[in-house]
Amino acid sequence: MSPSVFKLAAANLGKDLRLEWRSRDVLNSMLFFALLVVVIFSFAFEPTAEESRRLAGGLIWVAFLFSTTMALNQSWARELRNGVLDAYRVAPAPAEALFLGKCLANYILVLLLECLMAPLFVVFYNLRSVGPYWQLVVIFLLGTWALVINGTFFAAMSIRTRNRELMLPLLLLPISIPAVLAMVTATTAVLTGEFSPAGQIKFLAVFCVVYTTVSFLLFETVLNAE
Amino acid sequence: MRGVSLQLEPGRFYVLRGENGAGKSTLLRMIAGLSTPTEGTIRIFGLQTKAALARIGYMAHAPLLYDELSGMENLRFFARLYGIGSDAPLTRAVRRVGLDPELARRVGQYSQGMRQRLSLARAIFHSPQLLLLDEPFSNVDPESAAQIAQLLADMRSAGNTILLVTHQLGLLGKMADEFLVLSAGRLVERSGVLRENA
Repeated sequence: MSPSVFKLAAANLGKDLRLEWRSRDVLNSMLFFALLVVVIFSFAFEPTAEESRRLAGGLIWVAFLFSTTMALNQSWARELRNGVLDAYRVAPAPAEALFLGKCLANYILVLLLECLMAPLFVVFYNLRSVGPYWQLVVIFLLGTWALVINGTFFAAMSIRTRNRELMLPLLLLPISIPAVLAMVTATTAVLTGEFSPAGQIKFLAVFCVVYTTVSFLLFETVLNAE
Repeated sequence: MRGVSLQLEPGRFYVLRGENGAGKSTLLRMIAGLSTPTEGTIRIFGLQTKAALARIGYMAHAPLLYDELSGMENLRFFARLYGIGSDAPLTRAVRRVGLDPELARRVGQYSQGMRQRLSLARAIFHSPQLLLLDEPFSNVDPESAAQIAQLLADMRSAGNTILLVTHQLGLLGKMADEFLVLSAGRLVERSGVLRENA
């Protein structure tokens, strides 16, 4: 009996996390990039607490968006080393399992980065949220999934191109603009407490559902493209 | 490839030859489902390639292994893709290619020959009925090459079909049932050999 997509996705997730634990390629590059953004912007702006609440939504998501972009290329690059992706393609395993495992691994790593960076944002920008913290958690869970699902898909699409480091942001950023706008607006809404983020949160949820569905439907074609 | 028409009989050992760039690896990739022919069809055991993947073992020129994992960790991961949850067939395959299943070293620290042998173990652990091998003897010392040749002879005797690309014909002279010669993407020669036990 062939194993289910979820069991195979779990195998892929475990393998990816193990590879990352041993190489730390992805986490290190994300961490240093996000750290640089936090430090450089804190010197550039020197904002008051009130200004910070208005600026932080944009700063936080810019840092995470670019860090994620750097990391996603690397997560696929290791599948190309030694031609390992071919070993997956000749196995009787569904392509969706590889994609789901890869998305979950990237999601965990980006969430880990966000957890590590959150205290630094609070310290460097003197941040105190006026709105409820649970709304921030929901925004970060949905926003991160929106970035990761698109990013993992487009990274797979661009991985065989010569200029993949350039190609991924060119493909990913325009597609992600609506989601990024919603993340920034919703985060600012919670931090300032001036308006409700409910509309943006609903938009992010719909964005995640639509792009997750489309990515899963198209991934096999992308994987086998020559 | 140009107009290649080829039928492989079960339980036979085929050696694919030809100059560099003749299309040997491309033909193997097409049969394995990694490349799609622009014209024509490929049927394996009467099935579309995708439906027959569980019955194919493919060893490429590249090792197709993760450098950061140990040999057994690599095999365990790939075994799960074939629905194999037990270590027994993996250990057996590793021993058959002359490696130690207990070796904890990561593949990145293996020699080229050890990678090649582990790659062969990855291709055979699920007991495939059709084995596609691209240069299995490259980077392998003579003793290991002879061991691999014996393993392939055993698999052929067990009724498996083998299609192998190699330039080292000396190792296979008595084993091969048929030589296929490609040139510029065309199958230009197909010749049987007399086997001692035939």
